[in-house]
Formats: sequence, structure tokens, C-alpha cells
Amino acid sequence: MRRAGLSRWRTLRNISPGSRSRERARLQLRAEVFAALGDQTRLLLVAKLVAGQPQSIAQLTAGSRLTRQAITKHLRVLERAGMVRCARSGRERQFAFNPRPMEELKEYLERVSEQWDAALGRLQAFVEG
Amino acid sequence: MQDRVEKRLELKAPVSRVWQALTDYRQFGEWFQVKIEGPFVAGQVSRGHITYPGYEHLRWEAVIQKIEPEKLFSFTWHPYAIDPKVDYSKETPTLVEFRLEKTASGTLLLLTESGFDKIPRHRREEAYRKNAEGWTQQMENIEKYLTGKP
Repeated sequence: MRRAGLSRWRTLRNISPGSRSRERARLQLRAEVFAALGDQTRLLLVAKLVAGQPQSIAQLTAGSRLTRQAITKHLRVLERAGMVRCARSGRERQFAFNPRPMEELKEYLERVSEQWDAALGRLQAFVEG
Repeated sequence: MQDRVEKRLELKAPVSRVWQALTDYRQFGEWFQVKIEGPFVAGQVSRGHITYPGYEHLRWEAVIQKIEPEKLFSFTWHPYAIDPKVDYSKETPTLVEFRLEKTASGTLLLLTESGFDKIPRHRREEAYRKNAEGWTQQMENIEKYLTGKP
């Protein structure tokens, strides 16, 4: 049973003391991504940007009840979390979706899921054995 | 975006046996690989440490939430709390729930770990009510986009 065992802590193998600060930074980023997604307006903006080309603030504000300023504020939050990138195109700023933070979040949940599989496998052996 | 982990597992053992394995702190420690200091008590902090060789410096800490005999066992904790130097207590914990149901061949175990998105439940429900369809659609679009990626 021991061999099957590292479960939830399996990823530790890959974490040397030197990379602790990186892990801490990751944790912080993860929290920011989750927080960024925890708002309906931002979710809408992400959905708009996921679908296609980079868009300007004017395009992103169109059809919304919110002001340009409000949309800008939400875009800043997404930018800080790394989910949106801003690039200048002439006089206008264009906002594009960056999938990496959400992909990392997904990978993180997959790791948690795998660890539960391992733990529940041991539980099964324990109660059926 | 999925914000929880869900597992279903059919166990060929009676509900009472599974319940013991989950809620007796020594039995729980056997399969979860932790050494826990004392019995689980609802509303109280459970402390201990990991028993896997080389990782004994890692602490186990959870707040036991519900112990409803042979039905529900739950606790909150900090997933991936792997760095002893980081104070995880400021992070919102996730909720782990084990639910048991009797089946013809033994026990159905339903596990959920939720709360990864740190949105309090009441806020989430309010958001759903306001724009249930739009919300779901957007989540699906984002999910579709992400799963389409290699």
C-alpha cells in the first residue's frame, strides 16, 4: 500500500527548495485567476475575447450597460491575472485573450483530481481487502 | 470552467465499514497516509502530519465540518498546502465532502472537493439567478475553447 502512496503530495518530487518562491508566486496567480473569474462582467469579457480577434475598449463596451471606465477597470483585473494582454494599435489599445493562466488552473484541478483517484484507490483496497 | 472535483466510487463493503474507514481518525490515517493526533470532532481542528517517508515535516490540518453517521463526513482544508513556510490560513479553504449511499452490492461513495474559485456560495447563486442562461453559455464557451487546446 505504501508504494501507491504519495497521492496528494506527489508533486513535491518536482519542487526543490529553490523553487519555493516560484510555487508561492504560482499560488498567488492562481488565486488571482479564480478571483478574476468570480465576476460576471469579467466572465463576459473573457467569453467575448475567447471567441475571436483582439478587441478595443469601444468594441468590448458595445452592447453593455456599463461605461467605458467600468469596462476598463475590469480589463485591468484580467490583465493583472495574466488572462488578457493589451497591445497598442495606432491610437487604440487592443485587448487579446491569453489562455495560459486558465490552462494552468485546469491542470491544477486535474492534479487534484488525480490525487483523489490515488487516495480513493487506497481507501478501496482498505475497505475491500 | 469547472470549479470542483467530483468522484463516484462503488465499494464492495457495507456502509458501516466505509463509514469507519472515513471517520475513525486512525483508519482514515491508514489510507490517507497521515498520522492524526486525535478523534475527529465536528467544528474542531484536526491536526497531524504526513506519514509518507521523507515528507513527515508536512502538516495535516483540517476543520471537521459535518459528521452525520453513515451519510456525510466533511471537512475544510487548504489543498496543496505543501510549503511549510507559506501561511495558507489566509487562503479560502476548500470543502471536502464524502457522502455514502447503500447499494445492492455495498456502498456508493460520492466525493466532492469544491470552493476552488473562492466565490461564496450565496454570491454565486445570486449571480446564477440574475443571468442563468447567459452565464452557463459563457462557461461552456470558455470550457470548449480550453478543451480544444492540446
